Amino acid sequence: MTAQRFSISMLLRYVIAILIALVVLIPLVMTVFGGLKTTGDLLSNPIRWPADHLHWENYDGILQSSSFWVQMRNSLFIMLITATGVVLLGSMPAFIFARINFPGRELCFNFFTLGLLFPLAVAILPLYISLRQMGLLDSHWGIILPQIAFGLPGTILILRGFFLALPQEIEDAAYIDGCTTFGMFRHVAIPLMRPALAAVFVLAMVGSWNAFFLPLLVLNREPLWTLPLGIMRFQGQWGTDWARILAFVSLTLIPTIIFYFFAERHIVTGLTAGAVKG
Amino acid sequence: MQSVSTSISRLAGARRTTQARVRREQAVTIVLFLLPAAILYSLLVIYPVFQAAHNGFYKWNGLGPMTNFVGLDNYVRILGDDIFHKAVWHNLVFILLSLVTQLPLALFCAILVGRRLRGRTFFRMVYFLPFVLSEVVTGLIWSFIYHPRGGLLNWVLSLLFPTWEPPSWLGTPNLLVLICIFVVINWKYFGYHMILYVAGLQNIPAEIEEAAQIDGASGWQVIRQIVLPLLGPTIRLTIYLAVLGSIQLFDLVWVMTQGGPANASNTMATYMYQFGFLRTQLGYGSSIAVIMFVICFSFSLIYQRRVMRQDFGD
Repeated sequence: MTAQRFSISMLLRYVIAILIALVVLIPLVMTVFGGLKTTGDLLSNPIRWPADHLHWENYDGILQSSSFWVQMRNSLFIMLITATGVVLLGSMPAFIFARINFPGRELCFNFFTLGLLFPLAVAILPLYISLRQMGLLDSHWGIILPQIAFGLPGTILILRGFFLALPQEIEDAAYIDGCTTFGMFRHVAIPLMRPALAAVFVLAMVGSWNAFFLPLLVLNREPLWTLPLGIMRFQGQWGTDWARILAFVSLTLIPTIIFYFFAERHIVTGLTAGAVKG
Repeated sequence: MQSVSTSISRLAGARRTTQARVRREQAVTIVLFLLPAAILYSLLVIYPVFQAAHNGFYKWNGLGPMTNFVGLDNYVRILGDDIFHKAVWHNLVFILLSLVTQLPLALFCAILVGRRLRGRTFFRMVYFLPFVLSEVVTGLIWSFIYHPRGGLLNWVLSLLFPTWEPPSWLGTPNLLVLICIFVVINWKYFGYHMILYVAGLQNIPAEIEEAAQIDGASGWQVIRQIVLPLLGPTIRLTIYLAVLGSIQLFDLVWVMTQGGPANASNTMATYMYQFGFLRTQLGYGSSIAVIMFVICFSFSLIYQRRVMRQDFGD
C-alpha cells in the first residue's frame, strides 16, 4: 500500500522533472537543428527534422568567414587574460585578509567588499568615461582590466573563505620550517587551494565569454569585436534569415555547452561558496 | 659563565634581528600583495563612481571640456521624465515577478530533484545549464521562439488552438512584452537559484526530516514546518540576489526589444544606455548612474541590516 503510493508519487515527480528538462532543452535543440534547415523550412515547422536533407551550408558559410574566427580569438584572449588576472590579483589580497594580522585589515577588506554594491551594469557609463580618459577605448585591455577590477570583490570574498578554512597547523609547520610569508602563500596555501582557484577561474571565464554590455560600449572597431558583438551584427545583417542566425548562435552555443559539462562542478562550487560566504 | 651569558645575549640579539627581518618581510608581502588589486580596483571601480557624482552636475556631451554647470538640473529632468518613471516601474515588475514566480519555482525544483530521486544529478545539470549561456545567445534564441511567423511558440499554439490569432509577443507595448521577457529571465536563471537551494537543503540533516516523517508528518508538512524555516538564510539570500539582478537588467532586454516597443520594456539600464550613451549626453547619463547607485546602495544597506543580519550571527 505505502509502496504503491510511493511509486505513484515517484512517477509523478519524474514526469514533472522530465517536463521541466524538456522546456530547458527543446529551445537549444531547436536552435542547433534550426541551423541545419532552410529558413523557409524552419518557419513552416520549427522542430521537424529538415524536410529534404541537412543544410550544412549555413554552418559552412560562417566557418569559412574570417570574421567569425577573429571574434572567436578575441573572445578567447580576453577570457583567458581576465580569468588569470582575477585569480592572480584576487588570491593575494584574499590570502592576506585570511591569514595575516595587521592593523587596518578589516577596513581594507571592507573597502574591497564595497565593490559588491556597484554592479558593472550600473557603473558602466561612468566607467566608460574613465576608460576614455585613460585611453583604453577600442582596446582589449579596456575590457580585460575592468572585468578583473569588478571581479575582485567577489573573488576576494570567496577565496578568503577558503583560505580561512586552511588548518592553522599547516601554517605553523611551514613557518617553523623557515618559510617566508610569500613562501607560505606560494608553496603551501596555493597548492591546497586548487579547487577553489579553479572555481573562481571558471566563473571568471564564463562571465567574460558572455560579456556584452562592456564590449558594446568600449569596442567600436570591428576587428576587435568579441563573439557576442559579432552575433548581434550578424543578426542585424541577415535580419530575417533565421536559419543562418541560429547556425551562428549554435556555433557559440555548442562550445559553451561542452565546456559546461567539464566545468559544471567548479561553477557550482564557486557560486555556492560565494553565496554562503556572501 | 661569561661566555654563556654572551652567547645567550647574542642569541637574543639574533632572534631580535630575525624577528625584525620576518616582520619586515611580512610588511613588504602585505603591501606587494594588496597593491596591484587595490590600484586596479580604485581606478576602475571606486574612482568612476565619484567622477559620476561630479559629472552629473554638468550638461556635457562628452566631447569638449565640462564647463556647463547645471546644478541639479539633470536630476530634475530625470525624475520628471515619464519614460524614466516607466523604466523604474518595469524594474519593479521584474523584481516582483522574480519573487513571486521564479524563486518558488526554483525552490520547487530543488525539492523535486532533491534526495532520493534517481538521476537527480542529470536533472540538476540540465536545469542549471541555461545559466552559463550568454544573454545574447539566450535573447536571440527566444526572439526566434516568439517570432510571429513560424516561431516555436506560435507553432505550438496553432496546433492547440488552430483558430486563435496570437498577439505579437514582443511587439505589443504593454505588460505583455515585460512578461515575455520575464519568461526568458526565468528560463535562464531559475537553475541558478535552484543550485543555491540545493546547497542549502544539503545542510539540513536528513535525520530531522526522517524523524518528522516517523512522527507521521506528511510530505507537505515536512516542507512547510521543517525545510522552509531551516532554509531561511538561503531564501533571504536569493531574494537579495534576485532584486539586485533585476535592477541591473540590460543585456537580455537590449537584445530582444531594445527597450521597445514605445519604451514599453525599458529598464533603468537601457534608459541610461539610450539617453545617456547613444545620445551622447554623458552628464545626464552620469546622473542616471548616480540614481541607480543610490537605489542599489540603499537597498543593499537596508536589506542587509534589517533582513540578512540574523544570518551572519557567527
